[in-house]
Amino acid sequence: MLTILVLVPFAGALITAVMPARPKAWAFGFALATLIAGIVTMFTAPDTDLVWIEPLGVHWALEMDGFGKLMVMLTVVLVPLVMVAAVKDHDKRWYAWALALEAFALLTFTAGDLFLFYIAFEATLIPAYFMIGQHGGPNRARAALKFLMFQLGGGLVLLGALIGFFVVSSEAGSPSYLISDLAQLDIGTNAERWIFVAMFIAFAVKAPLFPVHTWLADTTEQATTPTSVLLVCVLDKIGTFGMIRLCLGLVPEASAWATPVVVVLALISIVYGAVLAIGQDDLLRLIGLTSLSHFGLITLGIFAATREGLVGAMLYMVNHGVATAAMFLIAGFLIARKGTASISSMRGLEKATPVLAGSFLIAGLATAGLPGLSQFVSEILVLISAFDYHWLVGVIAVTAIVLAAIYVLWAYQRIFTGPAQLSRPVSDLDRREIGVVAPLLVALLFFGFVPGPLISAASPVVEPLVNVIQAGE
Amino acid sequence: MFESPGISYATLWPVLLVLAVACAGVVVEAFAPRAARFNTQVSLALAGLVAALAGTVAVGAGSSLGASTGEGALIVDGPGVFSQGLVLLVSLGGVALFAERRLDNGVSAFAGQAAALPGTPAERTASQRGLEHTEVYPLMMFAVGGMMLFCISGDLLMLFVALEVLSLPLYLLTGLARRRRLLSQEAALKYFLLGAFSSGIFLYGLALVYGFAGSMSLAEIGDVAAEEGSSPLLLLGIGLMAVGLLFKTGAVPFHSWTPDVYQGAPTPVTAWMSAATKIAAFAAMLRLFYVAFGAEGDIWRPAIGVIAVLTMLLGASFAVVQTDVKRMLGYSAVAHTGFLLTGLLGVQTDAFGSTQAVLFYLTAYGFATLGAFAIVSLVRGPNGEVGSLERWAGLGRSNPWVAATFAVFLLSMAGLPLTGGFIGKWGVFAAALGAGQWPVVAVAIGSSIIAIFFYVRMIMVMFFTDPREDAAAVVTPSYATTVVIALSAVATVLLGVIPGPVLSLLVDAGGFIG
Repeated sequence: MLTILVLVPFAGALITAVMPARPKAWAFGFALATLIAGIVTMFTAPDTDLVWIEPLGVHWALEMDGFGKLMVMLTVVLVPLVMVAAVKDHDKRWYAWALALEAFALLTFTAGDLFLFYIAFEATLIPAYFMIGQHGGPNRARAALKFLMFQLGGGLVLLGALIGFFVVSSEAGSPSYLISDLAQLDIGTNAERWIFVAMFIAFAVKAPLFPVHTWLADTTEQATTPTSVLLVCVLDKIGTFGMIRLCLGLVPEASAWATPVVVVLALISIVYGAVLAIGQDDLLRLIGLTSLSHFGLITLGIFAATREGLVGAMLYMVNHGVATAAMFLIAGFLIARKGTASISSMRGLEKATPVLAGSFLIAGLATAGLPGLSQFVSEILVLISAFDYHWLVGVIAVTAIVLAAIYVLWAYQRIFTGPAQLSRPVSDLDRREIGVVAPLLVALLFFGFVPGPLISAASPVVEPLVNVIQAGE
Repeated sequence: MFESPGISYATLWPVLLVLAVACAGVVVEAFAPRAARFNTQVSLALAGLVAALAGTVAVGAGSSLGASTGEGALIVDGPGVFSQGLVLLVSLGGVALFAERRLDNGVSAFAGQAAALPGTPAERTASQRGLEHTEVYPLMMFAVGGMMLFCISGDLLMLFVALEVLSLPLYLLTGLARRRRLLSQEAALKYFLLGAFSSGIFLYGLALVYGFAGSMSLAEIGDVAAEEGSSPLLLLGIGLMAVGLLFKTGAVPFHSWTPDVYQGAPTPVTAWMSAATKIAAFAAMLRLFYVAFGAEGDIWRPAIGVIAVLTMLLGASFAVVQTDVKRMLGYSAVAHTGFLLTGLLGVQTDAFGSTQAVLFYLTAYGFATLGAFAIVSLVRGPNGEVGSLERWAGLGRSNPWVAATFAVFLLSMAGLPLTGGFIGKWGVFAAALGAGQWPVVAVAIGSSIIAIFFYVRMIMVMFFTDPREDAAAVVTPSYATTVVIALSAVATVLLGVIPGPVLSLLVDAGGFIG
């Protein structure tokens, strides 16, 4: 079943690429089919384990725990929505690449084999590269190159870790890349630390984290907003997913060893990202930089390594995905109307476009962690764990909430309030656009009041991780 | 009494067949009428290579594998036969590219009359009469024969003879380009002079090693070295022999010919030579270093490690600043030599070790480079092939299929997953890391990042840049070239998606023996 989940969008990508008539409808159909497959896997998803490359000990192994389910659901829901949002100004190449991206992203979230994870991890970059390079702002080719260079650089460092595991695993007997086998390996302290450093660099580039975040704002500025949604809300999650699954899961002692450094980097990302966001005039850069701040919080939750922190981080990944997707898409609709992403050239849109303004505000407040909206729950959990780790860390992390309120409300104020100065009439969201945004806003509200399902999916995964880490300490 | 050495024709006939076809080609050149030569030569070469390939497969599957023959001068073992098969496969593609006559108004990529000086009336007459050199096919077959011998040479003299047999035709072929002849001839001269020097150095080293061991046989040298320990004589010999081989593979600091020759040679020659020479040279190098000098590993590994580091860094860095596609691929070939040398730093094991890693890398790289240069030969302007990177802009829009296929080859060379290049890169890095060579692997990863930049920039130019006014166009080639490109692309992807069969074949083939 999991194999089908991965193969449906992949086949869809190929068919969309060659289909002469109505390729976008086909692509959307395949995205819906993937959504259905994703829902089915929530209930029944037996693990798959087939030998793939025998001499290297590589398996086509797919498995899905509660954490995987959260990420898979996020992916399969976002892709069709994004496709609807993209329909006007993207051609069929984009749709084919989007399905390919979805396939590889799903493969990373379900991979039970490190080699398979790596292949999917790297393979996501090719669709992403073409999606950025083929649609977007005037400097998109450079942005795409910068994006790819950062990501592949990180990927090659991860390759070092991948090979390190192979060497250790062959010395221990027959080589195997199954994550369950690797978790039982006895790795020497030194080797374990090197492997951790390599993995962490790769995931920090992906997530992104200070100081390897510089590609993020350039990419979101140049890429179209549907592309940004897939990059920031789905693809970047692979970074934090990898931190939990591979850093904590495979080398817990080295993770504990490195925690002080990681926490400092996370704190810098939180504050620095938010401060930079406040100062942005380009709305898309602004949203990109808020994500830097959020990924800092997620990383903080992961490496604080308490129950609350890990559950909070997992929830945060889902909620951030939904809230930021809404922000990007609404911003995209806004920019399509005004023809520019510059905040200073927009004013007083509130009266002309009340629905657009309202949904922007809801999504923005969710990003800022307003109680009653879903991101609040995860943020509180992460902050609790931060205070548990050290009171000073908690204090610094809390500033994120204040800063977030500033960048969201100030942006809202500049764009939507004040006297309207409309050179030409601006229409409000049409039915297609509302159809895209509404499910996201409903999800934000629903999981704000009923976070139970998410927490109960994440908790069982967290338990063994925390036990291993506490045993290590 | 003098006894003649026993020769096992059962295992050697593929090599002998290729050499026989080469000789037959010379006879055809002398006696067949001009009009019939092209068809005769091409079909002869193709038939010879196919038969030899079938023979190689039969030998590889047969029971006599691992036997030495001709008093130990030739050793037909698993890795040797595998590299022979690889050379033959690449050469089949090479013949198809050599025979391409549709790209340049019905003439091949080779000069009409090599002896006519560029810019003279004689040259004009030659091209007006539509003359062409069909000698290129026998020349190529001689080189292929030499490469096949190089892969299975079991003693020093055979190694040297094979090296010369494979090198001399290459020097000639390099100088035969139809267009930009001065560049081509300069490249040939440079290649020949440097090659002759390196052969001399190789021969000197060979004499020193013989002086140390008192034997030509690689296995016996290995035994003597293990028994007596290292001596200055042996070390000097190893160093000088290494220079000869490093020259052939284009390692820094012996790489300076590579970009010139890659750029100057007719593109079909570059395509075939860059793949086939590297395969043969590395097969010989692995055998020499593991079998004869295995006991001295502690001494040569650091030295080769330094050369690998320099080769990767310089090759990748210089490739970044190139503006000509062929030169860029030339420097990228230098960088790949560095990656292959990284694999050489490992050790032979029963499972997946150095030999397997290097040979797999060669397989993946061979197909990628063959296909990439084949595509370079299609991209043309009014004055023949277009090398300038800028004029490739927008190719992704005008010819999406050609550009996409080129992108596949580039991504494989860059080592991205789902292409053969990735498994290759993984393998050589794993081999080196398994032998504790982590500093070299760290540099290799750094160089890969640099290398990715110029491969990806090429893709960016093709797909995301608007075409210029003098943009290059893709000329539709004959079926042969199309098939070569398509098969190379399929092989490149298959090696990345299901590398299992080839890897298992290599593991079963075992290591190089003496």
